[in-house]
Amino acid sequence: MLKIRIVKRLNPPKYHAFLVPILSVVISLMIMGLFLWARFGKFEKVVEAYREMFSWPFIFDYGLPDTISKMVPLLLAGLGLSVVFKMKIWNIGAEGQLYLGAMATTWGALFLFKNVENSLILIPTLLLMGAIAGALWAFIPGILKAYLKLDEIVATLMLNYIAAHWLNYLIYGPWKDPEGYNFPLTAVFPESSWLPMFGESGIHSGVLIALAMVVLIYFLMYRTRWGFHLKIIGDNQTAARYSGINVEKNIILAMILSGALAGLAGGIQMLGVQHRLQHGFSPGYGYTAIIIAWLARLNPWAMIVVAFLFGGLMVGSEQLQIMMRIPISMVYVLQGIVLFTLLASEMIFNYKIEILIPRNGGEKSWR
Amino acid sequence: MLLELRNIVKKFPGGIVASDHVNFDLREGEVHTLLGENGAGKTTLMNILFGLYRMDEGEIYLQGRRVHITSPAHALSLGIGMVQQHFTLVPSFTVAENIALGLKKYKFKVDFKEVSKRIEEISKLYNLNIDPSAKVWQLSVGERQKVEILKLLYAKAKIMILDEPTAVLTPQEVESLFKAIRMIKESGTGVIFISHKLREVMEISDRVTVLKSGKVVGTLNRDELDPRKLANMMVGRDVVLKVEKKPKEPGKIVLRVSNLHALNDKGLPALKGISFEMREGEIFGIAGVAGNGQRELAEVIYGLRKPADGKIELLGRDITHTSVMARIKMGISYIPQDRNGVATCPNLSVAENLFLKDQQGEFLFNLKDVVRRSLRRIEKYSILTPNPNFPLKLLSGGNIQKVVIAREFENEPKLIIAEHPTRGLDVGSMEFVYRSLLKARDEGKAVLLLAGDLEEIFTISDRVAVIYEGEIMGYVEPDPSNLEKIGLMMAGVRDA
Repeated sequence: MLKIRIVKRLNPPKYHAFLVPILSVVISLMIMGLFLWARFGKFEKVVEAYREMFSWPFIFDYGLPDTISKMVPLLLAGLGLSVVFKMKIWNIGAEGQLYLGAMATTWGALFLFKNVENSLILIPTLLLMGAIAGALWAFIPGILKAYLKLDEIVATLMLNYIAAHWLNYLIYGPWKDPEGYNFPLTAVFPESSWLPMFGESGIHSGVLIALAMVVLIYFLMYRTRWGFHLKIIGDNQTAARYSGINVEKNIILAMILSGALAGLAGGIQMLGVQHRLQHGFSPGYGYTAIIIAWLARLNPWAMIVVAFLFGGLMVGSEQLQIMMRIPISMVYVLQGIVLFTLLASEMIFNYKIEILIPRNGGEKSWR
Repeated sequence: MLLELRNIVKKFPGGIVASDHVNFDLREGEVHTLLGENGAGKTTLMNILFGLYRMDEGEIYLQGRRVHITSPAHALSLGIGMVQQHFTLVPSFTVAENIALGLKKYKFKVDFKEVSKRIEEISKLYNLNIDPSAKVWQLSVGERQKVEILKLLYAKAKIMILDEPTAVLTPQEVESLFKAIRMIKESGTGVIFISHKLREVMEISDRVTVLKSGKVVGTLNRDELDPRKLANMMVGRDVVLKVEKKPKEPGKIVLRVSNLHALNDKGLPALKGISFEMREGEIFGIAGVAGNGQRELAEVIYGLRKPADGKIELLGRDITHTSVMARIKMGISYIPQDRNGVATCPNLSVAENLFLKDQQGEFLFNLKDVVRRSLRRIEKYSILTPNPNFPLKLLSGGNIQKVVIAREFENEPKLIIAEHPTRGLDVGSMEFVYRSLLKARDEGKAVLLLAGDLEEIFTISDRVAVIYEGEIMGYVEPDPSNLEKIGLMMAGVRDA
């Protein structure tokens, strides 16, 4: 008699950390392929679309600089989220925190310090302003969570809308460029505030800041006692309190750090890419960062790779939009499917199917 | 034969065989006790019978007919009822409402008059003394248990499973429970009584089946019962729970607690003016039925709970308002009762859990270093783990407790608070805990032992106080001849 049963894995093997994300991306591309197939009607077109999508963003002379400049905010916001996700605090407000960073940087560049010519002083100051603004925006739900037990998911999500409308108010209202033909955007920043480029490559130096932050977050999370404390809080808050850790203080600190990185991402986007604040400057970096943090399993090094690939995905789909007339919404659909399959495969891979063959006395199991 | 379990096998993930070809039967009108240590598989077996667990192999026969029990509701419809260790009553409902909850008879509107009348009849018949209109939260633990039993009698259960019913009762309440059990069995109901307390088992059982690590060791009839024999069967060897103890040499005062008041989680007074002193090199046992302020006392001294009033001094320093971190640094160690929920992080590794409170290197942290340093502790406390990076949750209860003890003892404590330190452990681990606590005492540490198990208190304490509803009822010598006296004090009678 054959017996089949589903058993929970007690100790999932380490290679799952790589296998699961890769597999879920592959599965999502297959599901997405069905959508594309339905649209084009021809299978060859789907292959062509994927070829375009996966070559253009990674070729130096074409989409690569673009890919990298999209990777920077994704990486920074993802890093920030990994800090709070580690302690099971679900900040989904990176988008709003990023807006706040962009707004604060714009405020500095266009109004507060518009007469400062020295880039060496100006740029760090502006980026710091962005980081502080993002941190403040995350501090609000942080303190509400820590002391009033207010659900941080709701609070951070709602603050996203507030940030988005506040930004719209500014660019449609007081900050609108008087010479902008009534478009919702601000004037261009003075050039002294622009992030330097690497020669003619089109890649701005913000990527170095992002990589430095990877090292910093790695160090904080894995090499300091504070990082260990966050890990303890994430696993068992009661045990954290019992170990003498101030849980409330650390929730707030982690939220501040998380928001600061998202704010920094917004600031870098302003000074490195846009050079002005405008409507829709972020195609949902803050939300995509959630997926990136998860796909990288909160590991800072893995996040570089994942953010790069997702940057490529964004650029590739813009290319598709131009070349093959696929609406950009399809990309968001794809991203949604990736997250969905990722979560599903996490679940599935935590279980295994055991097939018992009692007669042979042997017990086989796989998956 | 009322009930027969044949060759029951239940395996849990991780290779634990909780039930290994167990045979068990029950006649009408008898009390058949399942005796065994914690983790011997008693509750597992009963959960299978009650439909909470699915068995891997085996057969169940009810009055000679084979049955496949799929859920507790199904079990109840077959006349099998169970009073679990954690009661399943709605505290804000009355007794009658609680009992009506489980009735299939009323589809839409409950006839509470009828239910109350039946309750009163049953209550009178079995001498349970339950008022159907009383709200459950107003009842004592013993009375709540009787409501649970009444629920089963109301449903006309033919088989009644009582899972460690005496664990939460005072000796007086146990007596009254036993009276009820005797009445129930006279009416022809079969009772399965689960316990690991020999004295009670001797008193109430008609037959005893002893389980040890999932296997049946043997079944004895009433005339064969003998405590020594049962103890031997339970543990498979002569237990010397008389741990050797040197005469005590108390030194200077370590902890002084004066007029301590505190609230429990519900905001009700849990400690009502507790005062005592503890010296170096002594084990001070506080006996009491669980839930009389022991946990709150431990938490207040450790700093997890703010006292409402009173003063705590450690080695002459007022620590009433200091943080947990400060108290850890000053040398207070705490072994909480809930080792999985409070004392450890289940998903972190053994090594990380061994250094959860480590303060070495205030800022920097190196996991490799922690793993390296953990090896010595793993060896010294003989923690059975494949490697230091193994997730803690996969260890057995005894080994998890060893991890907690290793961490708390290596923190160079002046004071060790041990709250039910042996709950759920096998005898081997129990002995380990006792020896560790005694060793700490001999090294001049003060040990505050909070436990409900009198044997535990008597085995290792130098001095014993009894706590009842947040007050110390009095002090007794740790001597078995004082058992009766302690029982009365645990039930709230003050030291005469």
